[in-house]
Amino acid sequence: MSVLPNARVPDAISTTALAGEELAAELRERRWIRIERVLQVAVFVVIVGGWELAARTGLADPFFFGQPSGIAATIWRWSTRGTPAGPLWQHMAVTLEETILAFLIGVVIGVVAGFALARNRVLAAIFGPYVRMGNAIPRVILGSIFVIWLGLGMASKVALGVTLTFFIVFFNAFQGVREVDPNLVNNARILGASPRQLSFDVMLPSALTWITTSLHTSFGFALIGAVVGEFLGATQGLGYLVATAQGAFNTNGVFAAMVILSVVALIADALMTKLEHWLTPWRPSAHRPGP
Amino acid sequence: MGLPVIELRDVTKRFRTPSRTFYTAVRDLSFTIAGAEFCAIVGPTGSGKSTTLSLIAGLEAPSRGQVLVAGESVAGVTRRAGYMFQTDAVFPWKNVLENVCTGPIYRGVDRAEARRRARDWIARVGLAGFEDRYPNQLSGGMRKRVSLAQSLINEPEILLMDEPFGALDVQTRILMEGELLELWAQTSASVVFVTHDLEEAISLADRVMVFTAAPATLKRSYEIDLPRPRNVTEIRFDPRFTRLYQQIWEDLRSEVVIAYERATKRASA
Repeated sequence: MSVLPNARVPDAISTTALAGEELAAELRERRWIRIERVLQVAVFVVIVGGWELAARTGLADPFFFGQPSGIAATIWRWSTRGTPAGPLWQHMAVTLEETILAFLIGVVIGVVAGFALARNRVLAAIFGPYVRMGNAIPRVILGSIFVIWLGLGMASKVALGVTLTFFIVFFNAFQGVREVDPNLVNNARILGASPRQLSFDVMLPSALTWITTSLHTSFGFALIGAVVGEFLGATQGLGYLVATAQGAFNTNGVFAAMVILSVVALIADALMTKLEHWLTPWRPSAHRPGP
Repeated sequence: MGLPVIELRDVTKRFRTPSRTFYTAVRDLSFTIAGAEFCAIVGPTGSGKSTTLSLIAGLEAPSRGQVLVAGESVAGVTRRAGYMFQTDAVFPWKNVLENVCTGPIYRGVDRAEARRRARDWIARVGLAGFEDRYPNQLSGGMRKRVSLAQSLINEPEILLMDEPFGALDVQTRILMEGELLELWAQTSASVVFVTHDLEEAISLADRVMVFTAAPATLKRSYEIDLPRPRNVTEIRFDPRFTRLYQQIWEDLRSEVVIAYERATKRASA
């Protein structure tokens, strides 16, 4: 390939020049990332600091609005010496247990029902409208009914969480199966798939993308179900802590429980992302070494 | 040429459209394809070429007429066919090895044997070393190779190809055409190759069938008497190739014009 005898070959000087340029670009990039981090922290400092300042100067009455230092102190007191209603970890464990139970039951029923209705036209025609009607019911009211039916224990909270998670997973599983690429189905049929193999080797993995995406939202809803259920009537749990703090006009207590709940939700969300990558490793979001 | 492997007898296919009318995709279509014959179908867009492939594969049943594969009437998906789709139809959740294994496993071959055969086919299509990659980590041409191995591993008597290389860039496309011919020469499969591209059709096939604008029927069939083995790049400069191209294009052009005028009329209506 000596069509261009005068084509410039990169010599030693230009190689070092290139290396210099790359280094400069790398440094610029790093500087930007640092600035972004600083700004991120600054937003937190301004909001929380402003709140604290307003509370201290009397601009916002700490009795009604709480106070960041007070919230932090409450969390510290609860975690080291326990809440007025027993150790903090016990309340967290109860809420988490309710959430996880509601999540698992809701996901299993949702996937099975969604899959069955998507694969069977008759079932879909019969039950489809009822599922949509069920989804239209305001679930918080169901919470009150569950407390009456199932008492103040764990069952009423789990039931409320299930009614919240079921529909999300159901609709996603249903849609996921319906949206399977017809080419993939035809390809599998040509390759010799039986109806059973079509269901479990093609439809289910294809719908998994939709289902795993819904897991984030549905775990959040399971948590809401548990907390709202506890709020409506319970003897323990984080929702119960909020309810008692509210009853005692302890604004900092309400905020403290809220912060703890948020942390739990964030940790759960990170775990869901891990689960998602584990369930659908073929998706590009799962960072694998490329070709 | 031996006995017909594929035979269509006065086949008509009508579809119900969402607006409750019927659309005739294929009308009174009859043709036969012999064993180990490479046959290309060209025709204007939307002329029922893909429908014809679905009918042969048994994915669709004809509204009237009969489709025979190896002398037997097609009822349901035939086990004798391999099918390469226009768009990617490899399973995105399976890696290359699992994708190629799929056919034998569906057909009851035990996993170890299926894997052994799959490795052999992966090597034959030039993907050795990529067994554990997922389709989204491969280029378009590599995905086509997976798809080819996935079809050929079942040792189909007929290979149905629906514009398989349409989405590839020109260079990759010519490479793939060459490899397809080499792989096909090692088998005794009959190929039905649907394409828009007349050059592709002539350089690959033993026979080119020109379809009319929808509803499709066979307009004319041309024997391509170019010698084999062929080099898909060089054959395009053969004077016989040019002559055939001009001849078939005359026939095809009038159909393309009809289809185009209909489409523009619909668009302006």
